[in-house]
Amino acid sequence: MELFLMSLSTGIMVGGIYALVALGWVLIYKCSGVLNLAMGELTLIGAYVTLTFYSIGIPFILSILLSLIVGIILGILVERIFLDKLIGEPLLAVIMVTVGISFFLKGIIEFIWGTETRVFTPPVFPLKPFTIGFLKISTVYFWSFLLAIVVFGAFVAFFKYTRWGLAMQATADDETAALSLGVSARFVYAAAWAIAFTAAGIGGALLGNINGVNISVGYLGLLVLPAVVLGGLNSVPGALMGGLIIGVLQNLAGTYLDRYFPGGVKEVFPFAFMVVFLLFKPYGLWGWERIERV
Amino acid sequence: MSADGAILKVNNIEVKYHEVILVLKGVSIEIPKGGIVALLGANGAGKSTTLKAISGLLKMEVGEVTDGSIEFEGEYIHRKSAVEIARKGIIQVIEGRKVFEHLTVEENLKVGAHLRRDSKSIKEGLDMVYSYFPRLREKRNEIAGFVSGGEQQMTVVGRALMANPKLMLLDEPSMGLAPLLIHEIFNIVTRLNREENISILLVEQNAKLALSVAPYAYVMENGRIVMDDTAEKLRENPDIKDFYLGLTDVGGRKSFRDVKHYKRRKRWLT
Repeated sequence: MELFLMSLSTGIMVGGIYALVALGWVLIYKCSGVLNLAMGELTLIGAYVTLTFYSIGIPFILSILLSLIVGIILGILVERIFLDKLIGEPLLAVIMVTVGISFFLKGIIEFIWGTETRVFTPPVFPLKPFTIGFLKISTVYFWSFLLAIVVFGAFVAFFKYTRWGLAMQATADDETAALSLGVSARFVYAAAWAIAFTAAGIGGALLGNINGVNISVGYLGLLVLPAVVLGGLNSVPGALMGGLIIGVLQNLAGTYLDRYFPGGVKEVFPFAFMVVFLLFKPYGLWGWERIERV
Repeated sequence: MSADGAILKVNNIEVKYHEVILVLKGVSIEIPKGGIVALLGANGAGKSTTLKAISGLLKMEVGEVTDGSIEFEGEYIHRKSAVEIARKGIIQVIEGRKVFEHLTVEENLKVGAHLRRDSKSIKEGLDMVYSYFPRLREKRNEIAGFVSGGEQQMTVVGRALMANPKLMLLDEPSMGLAPLLIHEIFNIVTRLNREENISILLVEQNAKLALSVAPYAYVMENGRIVMDDTAEKLRENPDIKDFYLGLTDVGGRKSFRDVKHYKRRKRWLT
């Protein structure tokens, strides 16, 4: 029982971070219909940039903020250089371009930061876990989860209540109609990419805190794909639920199934679950089924 | 503002899609400041294309104004982007009730206010829209994709209103609505014209309806303006009566007339 609760709580906390990365994914899909397969690398860049700032003595929170600025700039650059020219092209072409961007970024990352694992030194959070009742909770996980959820909430509030947030949702619904009201689609796309970069970046920085930073943080970024699909590709609450579910499943699988299927069952299980789940709910939990009025 | 009081002048424009498909072959339209002008014509005559050429939305569909010019308040706008044109005060209401389906009615209106920045003016705008469309106030928190067709049409007109337009381009606001609702919406359109001093270019297939609100109208066929006159004269015109109003003065059988009818129609199509 204790083992179960431990895996559950760890799962929920990692899931919070997944939810944040998933949000970046959902955002780009919602606004432009593009499935951005370079998301894993964005996560990685966030992790490395934060780590670099941190290692030269800048406080962690400040490092994250600085990495956000880098993220925004990179997001706008990527959108302007690669994707702006592809507006109106077939979606598959655009998605393939994101695959290209993914390899390109991975190359750049290996070139700058190398391939060996780096860790945040000194550790940002105390290594000693604290206990609630009989539950031992790792401090890193706890704070990462909290930060992820706060940032997630901030993004959601942005969409619901700000002028540009509404404009982005409107563009997602009907680009032409939004344009007719003076909402600049180009600006919206650039903003979507910038925000996706920042969300992924913060997620990456937090994940990097847990396991150290190497190329595999990028794979963790990709692991979010089942979370996104599960929640419904264009649903923000879906990203949150999907993230949490995948986090929990992954940890439960790690705890209970690893004995029988030694090796990567922890990594594979979310994908297997996604496939089965989609058989029953092809739009995900809260994805848009096109509203058809009768 | 130009000297003769026209808010918009379309001077002999030619529009091509994908650089080869010629859709408009010389269209000229003038809208007086504070006036309502109707643009009539059958399916595929080029009415919507004309509106999109004015609002700049043409560029979304790989179309381009290749000849002629469009002047708004004395300034050439045919090379400007849709966003710039909207900023100048030309707002198009796209045909087919294109609400933002996943936003609430009020959020739809707020997106319309995208170009007004301060929250006070947005508040005033909302109050104004709700005073014209009391029904929208009741439905303000409902998801726009799920309200009725009439309410969706009110939402898109209200949304355009939020953008503070000087000129509103209305594309078939009557499409697919019940007669009573159509009546209500057209009433409001004339009120908007009178009370908010918004000039209106109205595209309609329903000629009878359009001629009842617009004092002046243009008739389009096959990418050309084939006729323009005051609503009164157009209503009396035998061709308009036949083709658009569905009235014929011959009550009985019309076997020979049908042939002439066909010829007359053909004259327009060339």
